[in-house]
Amino acid sequence: MFYREAGDFKTSYVDDSQTFPIRFDRMRYYAVLVLGFGILPFVMNDYWANAVFVPFLIYAIAAIGLNILTGYCGQVSLGTGGFMAVGAYACYKLMTAFPWMPMPVNVLLAGLVTAGVGVLFGLPSLRIKGFYLAVATLAAQFFLVWLFNKVPWFYNYSASGQITAPERTLLGVAVTGASTPAWAKYLFCAVFLFALAWLARNLTRGTVGRKWMAIRDMDIAAEIIGVNPLTTKLSAFAVSSFYIGIAGALFFAVYLGAAEVGEAFGIQKSFLILFMVIIGGLGSIFGSFAGAAFLVLLPVLLKNLLVGGLGWPTDLAAHIELMIVGALIIVFLILEPHGLAQLWRVAKEKLRLWPFPH
Amino acid sequence: MNAMNPEGYVTADGRKIGGVLMEMKNITLRFGGVKAITDISFDIREGEIRAIIGPNGAGKSSMLNVISGFYVPQEGEVWFHGKKRAPMKPYQVAQQGIARTFQNIALFEGMSVLDNIMTGRLTLMKSGLMDQAMWWGRAQREETEHREKVEKIIDFLEIQHIRKTPVGRLPYGLKKRVELARALAAEPKLLLLDEPMAGMNVEEKEDMCRFILDVNDEFGTTITLIEHDMGVVMDLSDRVVVMDYGKKIGDGPPDEVRSNPDVINAYLGVSHD
Repeated sequence: MFYREAGDFKTSYVDDSQTFPIRFDRMRYYAVLVLGFGILPFVMNDYWANAVFVPFLIYAIAAIGLNILTGYCGQVSLGTGGFMAVGAYACYKLMTAFPWMPMPVNVLLAGLVTAGVGVLFGLPSLRIKGFYLAVATLAAQFFLVWLFNKVPWFYNYSASGQITAPERTLLGVAVTGASTPAWAKYLFCAVFLFALAWLARNLTRGTVGRKWMAIRDMDIAAEIIGVNPLTTKLSAFAVSSFYIGIAGALFFAVYLGAAEVGEAFGIQKSFLILFMVIIGGLGSIFGSFAGAAFLVLLPVLLKNLLVGGLGWPTDLAAHIELMIVGALIIVFLILEPHGLAQLWRVAKEKLRLWPFPH
Repeated sequence: MNAMNPEGYVTADGRKIGGVLMEMKNITLRFGGVKAITDISFDIREGEIRAIIGPNGAGKSSMLNVISGFYVPQEGEVWFHGKKRAPMKPYQVAQQGIARTFQNIALFEGMSVLDNIMTGRLTLMKSGLMDQAMWWGRAQREETEHREKVEKIIDFLEIQHIRKTPVGRLPYGLKKRVELARALAAEPKLLLLDEPMAGMNVEEKEDMCRFILDVNDEFGTTITLIEHDMGVVMDLSDRVVVMDYGKKIGDGPPDEVRSNPDVINAYLGVSHD
């Protein structure tokens, strides 16, 4: 009954085009910000940070990145894992080569390096579309993983072939390395996610976003109204890879601490993030959050329920968990092909009339 | 009335038509061995409503595609604003001020009506990726300015009520109107309409005719259209090009074209006796 636009008059185009046009939505958004930045850091412990929040925040960044490319610009990519690896290795090389550099700068530069690599692998998109482009990006995935395995320079000739994040502090608090407090990990990733989500929303609401969506919906018509397909597709690849590179850098440096490329950034990662985007909703920033939350939380929830609640053996629970997650994905795609974001939109439509639907 | 006067002419209803805006010189277009267009020349004057008619397969749409840069003719020259146009990509043609609509609607189905029309102004919007990412300031100011222009077009075409509806949900007649709105939003110097009235009922056709005349009248836009409905063509247009089998068989004001024996033959067939 609070959720409606009646009586909430818009008197300027700026008001009319704001992100949350309904007052209740704005309030909820501020509430989430207060919760995320004002309360959660103070109650964060190691379990919640490592099992739920940090992976959720990092996957949400990656999902927004892929959503920009696939959901907004319509270019399917299976190279997400590879691009995350580029971000991770770029961050590692920067951290070890310039120990004095502040960590946020490392992460941003890693994102920029990935953007460059993304543009390079985005070049085929000018000639090929759909499944064929997916296969071309798959080549990027395998090539990049192979490259980081085969060329010892990338892992600084370490005997194990792994990369390990050295400790770096920000304002006197460790943000990477073994002694990082849980709340610092959480807050470091949360700030990145907040800033990147805000930028993504801005990019997708204006000229750039319309160009991307025009290419997605009908590339021929887009060209006829003056959209340059070359720069538009490549800008989508660049921005998307920037996000994915940052996600990769954070995944390695803050979350894992040490990584082996095939294990951490293999093809499974590409599919996982693609599933997040599809389940969450293509072409929706909120959908990226929802998809990441769904696929991070569901396994944790099921494990707690089956092992903790029902007392099943761990190995049995692990297998049942895989089956349930798989089945749920299929059920989901049949019932709501447009993802959680669409479900949320429908719910909001209904809420506007609730509790007096007539 | 003298249509060949280089300074322009005055139409039957008293509108002043300017000089040559676009000139096609000896255009020939081939697809492999098939000649779609054979040695066609004609001009389009500023402020004019110019129709291209002809039976199915005459090469009308191919001609429009040559103008909008989709096809590059093997022979011949396209002159625009008194300058010869080098072969260019469709998006470069759009940036020169030529907008078009399609025979089969080519809207962006996943976007709202408002966003679709805003895409028409992309060539006029200048803020870059960084401005857009920060939003506040230049990008927002620009967005608001262009939104005002777009709202005028929305008012003009009477589609206020569907502003925020996704295009995919609209009926056919409204989609045609939104497509016209998107083309108008670019403030084109030359507007190309490929069968704007195909598949419409009488009432929708009348609306569309009214909009086309109003666009020409209020914005002074030069319009080139392809249409099969002869009544519409004869009423709307100032001059008509008639094509058949890729050749030009007639060119002139509607009355003149209507009495041209070649045109009658092409449309009605010829008696062989």
